[in-house]
Amino acid sequence: MVGPLIVTEQKPLEEIAGAVGDFDNILIVGCDGCTGVYQVGGQKQAEILGLLLGMERELKHGKNVKTKATSVLRQCDRRIVATSLRPLVDECGAIITLACGAGAQTMAEVFNRKLVVPGVNTKFIGAQDRETGRFYELCSACGDCLLLETGGICPLTRCAKALLNGPCGGQAKGKCEVGGWKKDCAWVLIYDRLKERGRLDLFTKFRLPKDFRELGHPRELER
Amino acid sequence: MIKEAYSKLMKSLGENRFTFTGELEPVKTTNLHETLEGAKALKGHVVAANVTDNPTAFAYMNALVPCYVIQRDIGLETVYQVTVRDRNRLALVSDLLAASTLGIKNVLALTGDHIVVGDNPQAKPVYDLDSATFVYLLRKMMDEGVDLNGNKIDQPPRFCIGIAANPNADPLEPEILKIERKVKLGAHFVQTQAVYDIELAKKFMESMSYLRVPVLIGVAPFKSIAMMEWMVKFVPGILVPQEIQGRLRQAKERGGKEEVYRENIEIFGKLINEIKKTTSASGIHIMTIGFEWIVPKIIDRSGIRSS
Repeated sequence: MVGPLIVTEQKPLEEIAGAVGDFDNILIVGCDGCTGVYQVGGQKQAEILGLLLGMERELKHGKNVKTKATSVLRQCDRRIVATSLRPLVDECGAIITLACGAGAQTMAEVFNRKLVVPGVNTKFIGAQDRETGRFYELCSACGDCLLLETGGICPLTRCAKALLNGPCGGQAKGKCEVGGWKKDCAWVLIYDRLKERGRLDLFTKFRLPKDFRELGHPRELER
Repeated sequence: MIKEAYSKLMKSLGENRFTFTGELEPVKTTNLHETLEGAKALKGHVVAANVTDNPTAFAYMNALVPCYVIQRDIGLETVYQVTVRDRNRLALVSDLLAASTLGIKNVLALTGDHIVVGDNPQAKPVYDLDSATFVYLLRKMMDEGVDLNGNKIDQPPRFCIGIAANPNADPLEPEILKIERKVKLGAHFVQTQAVYDIELAKKFMESMSYLRVPVLIGVAPFKSIAMMEWMVKFVPGILVPQEIQGRLRQAKERGGKEEVYRENIEIFGKLINEIKKTTSASGIHIMTIGFEWIVPKIIDRSGIRSS
């Protein structure tokens, strides 16, 4: 696994092209943070998207579109976005951002006179398994981490029912009823891990109902 | 245990009588006729009947109204099944207050099958609580007369609290530890998923015995070969031995539906008898959705007098 990051996936070209509409001078901005690391929304992907948009416009509408690709260190940083992108933004008609939802909203706020189109869907906080190439959701940012008593496995995220006192009756041979018995039951994983460590006391421990105010949107944190 | 015998069901279990419960499933309808007919068939043969709450996440008639009408019109005690899948803690409290007002005395506290296996898979699952925190809520309401946030309840409800268990669970230990959690919180009785293999029932009861809680082992006859095949194919968590599958298929070839019913009576009558003889189970929970008439015949064949 590489480090846990925000996992994104490119939107279908048609959806992006539809949202850009008739603008013919488009700035495509990759993000070298999470989405760039996973080669979904970095400089290269911004360039490729530019080429694809050009082809789409020409084939479907017989028109040209001018695109410019660039990327920044982190689109969720207002200062970086404002200082490094301002001249390019001034020249363009619309912006496509390949950052996560937080980056895209930072862009939309900083450049509030421009159309800012998200080019990716933000999926989850997770990591990639290098062997299978698949991405796995690992954290829900619930605001009250309980990994210290669940063997380092998050039931709130990895249990389909987000149970704090699992497993439920929907597991068979350690697999979950959700998704056709292919995914691991988080609570069986937790059981195995805690048993290995001789800490089944933590497994049997009753966990009180969660205070969901920690998860109430929109969240803020002062530091 | 006996001091909390608030319902007929708990009284029966508390007096160590081998106890039968049944199960009724109101479906997507505004008509209670079939549910009430089922209740009539069960009356006198089971101590109480569960009424299911959107089973396998299908949106059906709310269980509370049938529970009330069955008790009022048929005179059969009910076990109100409640899942945390579709209700947050506010909705749970309101439904439980309503249930107690209507004279419901038993609640089966369930997690509920996940919404994606149901008939509205796009819906937002709730799971504000889980089945353990649900038992905790029930005890708070009953023992302290408050909700989870300490808000006072005028005339708190009283219930006998049931929980579910799966003897087929593999691995079994986390399942047992999970039951332990809920028994320690104050659950009164356990009803299990369907068991088809006597050895599984024995192993489960042996693993459970240290908890000293009454267990009603689940038995679910097959209304048809199609239903059995569906179960084998789509419910990997429940093991149906080849022998039972073979006997029912042969019965079908031999004499169609009627013969399948007869074979069910043989198979499950015998299974119940063996469970009583060889395990410490306190009774049997018979699930016969849509053919409740078979329950008296199976109990009769088991040789155990219904309570």
